[in-house]
Amino acid sequence: MLYSEKVMDHFQNPRNVGKMEDADGVGEVGNAKCGDIMKMYIKVDDEGVISDVKFNTFGCGSAIATSSIATEMIMGKRIEEALTLSNKAVVEALDGLPANKLHCSVLAEEAVKAAVKDYYDKRGIAYDEKLFAPGGGSCCETPLDDCELRPEDIHIKPARQ
Amino acid sequence: MFVYSDNAATTKMSKTAMDTMFSMLEEVYGNPSSLHTAGQTARERLEEARKTVADCLNADEREIYFTSGGSEADNQAIISAAKAGERKGKKHIISTKIEHHAVLHTLERLEKQGFEVTLLDVGRDGIVKVPDLEAAIRPDTALVTVMFANNEIGTIQPVAEIGNICRSKGIIFHTDAVQAAGHLHIDVKAMNIDMLSLSAHKFHGPKGVGALYARKGTALTSIIDGGAQERGKRAGTENVPAIVSMAAAFKEACGNIDKNAGYVIAMRDRLIAGLEKIPHSVVNGDRENRLPNNVNMCFEGIEGESLLLMLDAKGIEASSGSACTSGSLDPSHVLLALGLPHEVAHGSLRLSLSEYNTPEEMDYIIEEIPGIIEYLRNMSPVWEELESGRREHFID
Repeated sequence: MLYSEKVMDHFQNPRNVGKMEDADGVGEVGNAKCGDIMKMYIKVDDEGVISDVKFNTFGCGSAIATSSIATEMIMGKRIEEALTLSNKAVVEALDGLPANKLHCSVLAEEAVKAAVKDYYDKRGIAYDEKLFAPGGGSCCETPLDDCELRPEDIHIKPARQ
Repeated sequence: MFVYSDNAATTKMSKTAMDTMFSMLEEVYGNPSSLHTAGQTARERLEEARKTVADCLNADEREIYFTSGGSEADNQAIISAAKAGERKGKKHIISTKIEHHAVLHTLERLEKQGFEVTLLDVGRDGIVKVPDLEAAIRPDTALVTVMFANNEIGTIQPVAEIGNICRSKGIIFHTDAVQAAGHLHIDVKAMNIDMLSLSAHKFHGPKGVGALYARKGTALTSIIDGGAQERGKRAGTENVPAIVSMAAAFKEACGNIDKNAGYVIAMRDRLIAGLEKIPHSVVNGDRENRLPNNVNMCFEGIEGESLLLMLDAKGIEASSGSACTSGSLDPSHVLLALGLPHEVAHGSLRLSLSEYNTPEEMDYIIEEIPGIIEYLRNMSPVWEELESGRREHFID
């Protein structure tokens, strides 16, 4: 099997799929030309806690799975905490991704950041630009060199046959 | 239900091919180069197989060279023609943008060695235009290599016309017939083909074996050096069980071309008619000039790999030209050559059938796919843009 059991679970039963009409922040990353776009919606309560998350993704199995698990990982977290979500954490939570799919985890991290940035912008909250390094997040522009993880660092737990 | 519909990737072995292979493995284990009886028995079977393969192509048995498969045959054919051309100062090669990588990557290597390569465009129908080919021919053209039928979209190329032109100009014509052999009638004499590649596992034979036809008088360069097997053109002890099994499978396939085509075309067209009803979908490649078993479509707003995974969960096995299934960032070079935008090419699906499929299986596929497409579109931001008018539909 190409993917771990965790990836297949999140692909086949994606959590928090959908759109949000009254989102406090919306982030879209990726590029249709490259075959993956992630759109992340967040709802933030008065305490600065993410009270709801939704996503829509155009992409391969791992793009859908990384989006799904990223929504789970930031749900109920404080905004500042959501910003610390790394692609490495996403990969680990999924029990690994094949080397040529690592960019999907980068995309998931960037989708969360883009949604938070949009929330800050909408609320007029000041932030450090460096938190949101430009990149665009598309797989074309996200070579593996930009990932914290190297393919050899990743151990994939094979799915049970 | 379980439906194997990826026969362009590989086929399951026929009972004939399987039985032949088993009995060969069990009984005919000699090395054809050995002088003793076991060796000579293997030699006889090998030469019978060569005659069988030759007969299916209307070739002479001395024109058939066994290889490890289609890729090796393509490599050897192209390298041989290039070397022969080079000796006469001819270093120009013509091919197409939709060839298999076994051809394209061999040509890239030759380009680095100083050869000039012209890759012809194809029309929206996925077929090479003969006038384009004629216009591309130069005094120093050494080789024309155009596939018989395309592996992704199934389009059948005007091989006989191209053969005719090349023969009249004294240019070597090679065709990669990996997808066509055993599925379409091939007559190397009538079609003026100088070299042809085929692979056993595409017509219910075993994997790891194929053949190169090289017309008498066509110079061949050995790309694997060693012993004098295959008249000194391909070293290595012959894989006799696989070769004999391939010959049995090829004979069986060639003897049933019309019967199988009739049955498979009816399923193909049933499938296309059913899937075409999905909004914003398109059939890739010409509908008439296409392999009996090939269905290739694009569905806007979705990505091919996720479609394949969902189909697999339903027991339907297919393939896609999406970048995510190829390991590269770009979708299929064949779909791009048709003029499809990247984002549309990512949403491609290839279903390739065989005589082992049934009409009931087609109905099952037609039943399952629309729901999966709808599900994926509902979670696709690209589809949302298409539907809201922020992105223009490419497919009506």
